[in-house]
Amino acid sequence: MSLQEKYKQLIDAATTSGMNVREQDNILYINGEATNGATKDNLWNIYGQIDPDFRASDVVMDVNVNDTMAGSKVKVNTDKTNLNIRKGPGTDQPIVGKAAKDEMVTLISKTNDQWWLVRTDAGEEGYAYAEYLTS
Amino acid sequence: MKLTRILASLILALSLFFVSCGPKDDDIKASVENKIQKENNMTGITATVNDGVVTLSGECQNEAAKAKCTELAQSVKGVKSVTNNCTVMAMPVQVSPDDALRQGVMDATKDHPGVTAMVNGGVVTLTGNISRDKLPMLMQSINGLQPKQVLNQLTIK
Repeated sequence: MSLQEKYKQLIDAATTSGMNVREQDNILYINGEATNGATKDNLWNIYGQIDPDFRASDVVMDVNVNDTMAGSKVKVNTDKTNLNIRKGPGTDQPIVGKAAKDEMVTLISKTNDQWWLVRTDAGEEGYAYAEYLTS
Repeated sequence: MKLTRILASLILALSLFFVSCGPKDDDIKASVENKIQKENNMTGITATVNDGVVTLSGECQNEAAKAKCTELAQSVKGVKSVTNNCTVMAMPVQVSPDDALRQGVMDATKDHPGVTAMVNGGVVTLTGNISRDKLPMLMQSINGLQPKQVLNQLTIK
């Protein structure tokens, strides 16, 4: 079965959501900016229904949620632990502060898709892993 | 007999004269294709010409190249209008360099202690153990690093 057939439902949903969908060397690449978290979740759910263990290694899907802007407040969305705030964008960087789960912090800028510069209400400023920050 | 011959050659000469008044469609086609081929990265573009109306087809590398084709075709003498039906090639997939991927997978796996990630030629290979509820988040983080491929060899618990 071709990738186009296997992932038809995912491709259709991704295209409807304005994602780029391309096939190269038997791998399906889906990427783009989603207007909200629900769109991203929906695409990952569909992918998970087709390949529950994400085992087939024939998809690379990078969906960024673009509903947060510099200056806005974002929520710390960790499992239960504190979120480390670091001096630079990387886990090898020293920790300069912490934000509690569910705490609201100010987004200063998006350094890249992985690391955002934030400031806590206590005035601690540094880089946090974007995966744990939501609108 | 002689008169007929003279008349015939006269008609032939006249018809040749009129036809050659403006560039012929075949000549336009050749000029358009030749001009486009001289530009870098523009091979395989073909032109069909009907009464000076040019239709371009083929594949261009990007929108700018496509626009250039229209411009080049318009500049050929005798062209009345240009319809550009060329398609634009999809951009090649962007893959992060291995150094960036290594930094990225180190950050992404930090909160998944049982997981090891190796990077080689843009391919991220995941080994170790992970619980099923944590798997989607890890996959989303890794996929977001712009790898070429993600080989998931994790044992899912």
